[in-house]
Amino acid sequence: MNWEPVIGLEIHVHLKTRTKMFCRCELEYGAPENSRTCPVCLAHPGALPVPNRAAVEMTMLLGLGLGCEIADRAIFHRKHYFYPDNPKGYQISQYDEPLCNDGKMTLATADGELEVGIVRAHLEEDAAKNVHMGGAGGRISGADRTLVDFNRAGTPLVEIVTAPDIHSAEHAKRFLQLLRQTVVELGISDAEMEKGSLRFDVNVSVRPEGSDELRIRTELKNMNSFNFAAKGIEREILRQIEIYESGGEVVQETMHFDPGNESAPPLRSKEEAQDYRYLPEPDLVPLEPARELVERLRAELPELPAERIKRLAVEVGFETAEGLVTSGRDRLYEQVAGDRTAVANVLMNQFAATGIDPAAVNAGELAKLIEARDRIPRQSFTEALAASGSEDFSAERFLGDGQITETGDLEPVVDRILAANPGQVESYRSGKEGLLGFFVGQVMKETEGRANPQVVNELLRKKLKA
Amino acid sequence: MGTGRRDMAVIDTLRLTAEEASGLIERGDVSSAELHRAYLDAIAERDPELHAYLTTVAEPRGDGVPIALKDVISTKGVETTAGSKILAGYIPVADSTVAARCRAAGLPLIGKTNMDEFAMGSSTENSAYGPSHNPWDPERVPGGSSGGSAAAVAGGLAPWALGSDTGGSIKQPAALCGLVGLRPTYGTVSRAGIVAFASSLDQVGPITKTVRDCARLYEIIAGRDPADSTTVELPEPVAIPQAEDLKGLKIGVPKELNEAEGIEPGVSEAVNRTIELGRQLGAEVGETTLPRSVEYGLPCYYLIAPSEASSNLARYDGVRYGLRVGNGDIRAMYERTRDEGFGDEPKRRIMLGTYALSAGYYDAYYGQAQKVRTIIRDEFDAALERFDLLVSPTSPTVAFPLGAKTDNPLAMYLSDVLAIPPNMAGLPGLSIPCGLSEGLPVGLQLIGPQFSENLLFRAGHALEQALEFDTVPERLR
Repeated sequence: MNWEPVIGLEIHVHLKTRTKMFCRCELEYGAPENSRTCPVCLAHPGALPVPNRAAVEMTMLLGLGLGCEIADRAIFHRKHYFYPDNPKGYQISQYDEPLCNDGKMTLATADGELEVGIVRAHLEEDAAKNVHMGGAGGRISGADRTLVDFNRAGTPLVEIVTAPDIHSAEHAKRFLQLLRQTVVELGISDAEMEKGSLRFDVNVSVRPEGSDELRIRTELKNMNSFNFAAKGIEREILRQIEIYESGGEVVQETMHFDPGNESAPPLRSKEEAQDYRYLPEPDLVPLEPARELVERLRAELPELPAERIKRLAVEVGFETAEGLVTSGRDRLYEQVAGDRTAVANVLMNQFAATGIDPAAVNAGELAKLIEARDRIPRQSFTEALAASGSEDFSAERFLGDGQITETGDLEPVVDRILAANPGQVESYRSGKEGLLGFFVGQVMKETEGRANPQVVNELLRKKLKA
Repeated sequence: MGTGRRDMAVIDTLRLTAEEASGLIERGDVSSAELHRAYLDAIAERDPELHAYLTTVAEPRGDGVPIALKDVISTKGVETTAGSKILAGYIPVADSTVAARCRAAGLPLIGKTNMDEFAMGSSTENSAYGPSHNPWDPERVPGGSSGGSAAAVAGGLAPWALGSDTGGSIKQPAALCGLVGLRPTYGTVSRAGIVAFASSLDQVGPITKTVRDCARLYEIIAGRDPADSTTVELPEPVAIPQAEDLKGLKIGVPKELNEAEGIEPGVSEAVNRTIELGRQLGAEVGETTLPRSVEYGLPCYYLIAPSEASSNLARYDGVRYGLRVGNGDIRAMYERTRDEGFGDEPKRRIMLGTYALSAGYYDAYYGQAQKVRTIIRDEFDAALERFDLLVSPTSPTVAFPLGAKTDNPLAMYLSDVLAIPPNMAGLPGLSIPCGLSEGLPVGLQLIGPQFSENLLFRAGHALEQALEFDTVPERLR
C-alpha cells in the first residue's frame, strides 16, 4: 500500500512591537533578566491587561496578507494551566472568535501550485522563560531548581494554524520558509528562530493514498530549524507507516524534538491532555476592528512573496524564483539589469556566498560587474562581489585597473613561462593539447589572476603552434 | 502665626460626616493631620472590640478628609492582603487607580479594613485575620464582605470608606451597620489594582454616613481609566443632591424582591414605611414584577462568580510573591501553598468554578448562567421602562449573630439574595438606612438604570432627610 502523509502546521511569531501585548514594558531581547517587568506581566493582584493597538493592527495586516477574513468581533479568552512561566495561571489567547479566519497561501512547487488553507491567525501573549539549573541538558526533568525570567512574559504572539493540506516534509519546509519571508516583509516580526521569535509545531499523520480520512496524528514540538523540521517530519512519517504496516495503531502524543540525538521522544500522551478551562476574558472588551482600518491596512499590503515567486518563475524557473524570494534577494534581482538567468545565478551562487545584505548593494554597479564577468578573472569577480556591499563600490575598479588585457603586457610573461617549462612545451607540441590549461594556470599565477584568460589563451595557442 | 496654638475643636468622630469634616478643614478649625490623629485615637479606643482594621497608617499624606480603604484595594507601600493568608506581607509597588484618585484628592489613608477573604462572604467571618464586629452590637456581624469598612464608619473609626461589591458586599454591610452604601454601575469605577474576585461583577464604591458624602466620594473615584478597558466616561457629572422631595419620580416595588422567603417582618415593616414616606414626598409608587431575576439571580451568581474566581485566584501560586510553602517539587509547592494559604470559602469557590469551567460542563454551567444573566438584564430593563427606580430591602435580615451561619454556606449566601439580582444586570444600587428592627438597622435598596447614580443620590438624599435616621449606634451615643 502507498501512504500519503498529512501535515498541518501551527506557527508562532513574535510581533515586533515596541512594548508588550498587555502592558507597556519595553521588549528588548537580551535585556538583563527580569528587568522588563511590571505588575501586569508579573500578575500582581488587581493588575489588568490593556491591549497593544500596534499588535492588533500587525495581526490584521498578517491576516490580510494570508487572505483571511478579519472578524467584525474577536474576543480574548483565558487559557488556564499552572506552570511557573505562566504568572497569571492563565494565558490570554483567542479561542472560538479569533481575529483572522479562513485564509490561504499558495505555494508554488515543482508539481504545480499547492494551496494551503489558513484556518486562523490569532493574537496571544507569550509565556515567561524558565531556566532549569543543574540536571541534564537544561530540561526540567532532573533539574535542581528553576529560575524564571519574565522579560518575555507578555510578548505579543501570533499563532497561525494551517489546514492539513501539506503532504510532504519538503513542502512543509517550503511553506515555512515562505511564511517566514512573508512576516518579515510585512515588517511585523524578525521571525528569527535562534531568538525564538519564530517557533512552530507540526501535526503529522498518514493515510492510504487516495483516501481522505484523517487518522490519529502526532505533534512534533520545539523544532529549531526548517531543515530539522523536514528531517523530523520525514522520520515521523516513516515511523507511522511502519506501525500501520506491522498492524499497530498510532497513539496521539506530543514529541519533543531534540536535534542533539535526532530522535523524537514523546512529551505527553493524550491521557494527560490538559483541560484549559477556556473563559472569555472579563477584563477585556471585544475587539471590533473598524472596517475603514481593515481597508486601510489592505491598501498598505505590499506584493507578497508567493505572488512574486509566481511572477519570477516565468523568467527564471520556479526553483530559482523561490530561492530568490525566500532568501530576500529578489528585489535586487529585479533591479539588476542584464541577462535574467545570469543575474539570477550569480545572486543565488557567488553573491549568496558573500553573505552581503542585498539591500546594501548598488544595483547599477552590480549589473556592470555581472555583464563583464566572462571578461575578467574569476578571482577579480569574486573580490568585486565581496566588495559590492560597501557604499562606495564601483565595478569600474575591478573591470579596469586589475585586469591585464594588452597582448604586449602579457607576451613577456608567456614567453618566460614557456622558456621555463621546455618539457611541457615538447609534450604539447607532440599532441598533448590538454597541457594548455597548465600554461594558462602558470600565467595566472604569475599575474596574480589579473591576466585576461581569453587573451592568454590566444597568445599561448599562437606561440605553441610556432 | 504668632497667635499661639488655638484650641483644637472637639472632634466627635462618631457623628462627624465627611462633608462636615471637610468644612472644619476649610474653615481652619482643624487640620487634616489632626483629624487623622483623632481617628487613630478612636481606633486605639474601639478597634480592639470592633476589629475593623487590618492595618493602620501612622503618617498621613494629604490635606483632606481621611479615608479607610478595604484591604482589596492596592495601596502603594501599604500591605494589601484581601483578608487572605496567601497575601500576608504583600506590599503593592503601585496604587490602585481608586487609591491614586483618593490620594490626588488629598484624602490621607487611615488604614486598610478587614474583609471576607478575597471578598467571598457576607459577614467578614471568612477573613483569615478574624471577624469584624458590628458597632450596633459587637455580638453580631457587620455584614460583608466590606464589613471592616462599614464597621469603621459606623464605629466612628473613619469618616468614610471604600468597599467593593461583587454580590452585595457594599450594600449589605452598609445596611447591617446603618450606613449609606453605593454599588456603582459596572464600568464607572476602575478595577485596576483591585484584588480581583469576579471580574465581570466587581465594583468599588463608597460606604458613608450620608448620601451627600456618598456622592462626593463617588465623584472622586468614578470615571474612565485607561488602565481598565471595561471602564467608561460618566455620561454626566456627579451632582451632589439637594432636593428634599421625590416629585415626578415613579418608584416601582418589585413583588419578588419584597416578598422573598426569609425577609424578616421587621425588615419589611421598615421598608414599607419608607415606601409610604416616599409617596408622601411626592413619588408615584406602583407594584412591578421580576419573575425570574430573584429566583435565578442567586444560582447564576454562584456559577459566574466562582468560575471567574477560580481563574482570578490561579495567580496565587507561591512563585512570585505572597506565601510560599515548601520547595523542590513545583507541584507539591503549589499544592501546599494553596492548601495553607487559602481558607475554606475560597477553596470551595475555586472548586465550584473549576468544575463549572471544565470541558463538557462549560455550556451547561457558565455558558447557561451568562444566558440567564441576559434574561435578568432584560427583566430589569422592562421594569425600569415603567419606573424611574425600584426599591426593596437590601438584606432580608438585620445583622445576625457571629457564628450563626458559618456552618451553613447556603444560608450565608442567601443573605445577598436581594442584593445580587441588580448586580447581575450591571445596575447601580444604593442602600440607605431606613429604620430599626429589634434595635438594629434596616437597609433600603434603591435600584436605577445604568448610570443613574445622580437619580439614586437625589432620591436617597430626599428620603434620608425625611427619615432622620441617626447613624450613631445607640449603645455609643
